[in-house]
Amino acid sequence: MTTIAMTHVGYLIAGWGITFTVLGLYSISLVRRGRALSTQVPAGQQRWIDTDE
Amino acid sequence: MSESTNVATTGSRTTQILGFVVLLGLSVVFVLAFVVTEPDAVQQDAVRMFYIHVPAAIVALYLTVPALAVASAMALYKKTRWWDITAAAAAELGVVFCGLTLVTGVIWGRPIWNTWWEWGDVRLLTTLVLFLMLLGYLAYRRSVVDPGTRARRSAVIALVASTNVLLVNRSVIWWQNRTLHQKSSLIEGRLEDMKLFTFALSTLVFAVMFFWMMIHRFRIGWLEHKIETVGVDAAIAERRASAHAGLDEAISHPALEKEGST
Repeated sequence: MTTIAMTHVGYLIAGWGITFTVLGLYSISLVRRGRALSTQVPAGQQRWIDTDE
Repeated sequence: MSESTNVATTGSRTTQILGFVVLLGLSVVFVLAFVVTEPDAVQQDAVRMFYIHVPAAIVALYLTVPALAVASAMALYKKTRWWDITAAAAAELGVVFCGLTLVTGVIWGRPIWNTWWEWGDVRLLTTLVLFLMLLGYLAYRRSVVDPGTRARRSAVIALVASTNVLLVNRSVIWWQNRTLHQKSSLIEGRLEDMKLFTFALSTLVFAVMFFWMMIHRFRIGWLEHKIETVGVDAAIAERRASAHAGLDEAISHPALEKEGST
């Protein structure tokens, strides 16, 4: 079995891991906040569905 | 309009396409950064932090903050909620990307500079100040209830905070003896071939991600505005109804009726 020798693995996992986790969680929170709020506003007032404001 | 016709999402065809492009792009960037590109002669594999740290910084400094500045200036000029909501969305994304820039910079700095943080470093300090200013902007927005006052004052704060980008950008040149941070690798032409391509692709993907997030965050702000407006309208209607009821009661009062008959 071949192993890939890589330096600074801990730093790379931390840096890339934190970045992907933060961006992923923030994206999920945006979608969930949007879904929760969308149910409280009529579709006619959601400009991305109906632009007649 | 009935509740059943509501579409419970801030997504649209555009955001679906952008979201797909981001997921695909991040996967490609990950493979390029860890499999295809070679380690650096000096930094070795720690150089792979470059492919997320610099794109995050570029988005924070040159997309979120200019978007915040333009939206705030337009909010002051046009005095519309559309621009105010856009500014708030840009500021929130600014906090996310500026925060990521600081965190990835700290993690990258430890193996390369042998320190997590250097308080005397002007690039680090000005970036931290920008991050705190954006946090302060968001905190201020939450503390003011009146939408007009909030929009006007927060726009001024945002315009002042935005000027800090110039300091962040110039810090490695103006204070070159007081910074561990290197100058732009891109301007100095130290990137070649696959490293340059991976960096360019990562920056593009981060930029597309910014637009995806910006659209969703703006729509959230718009929905909050609509709910706020509906709440105010309902309160006004209730007040009018109670005022009418009080008037009707006063008119139908026996003493007034008697007075009216005489």
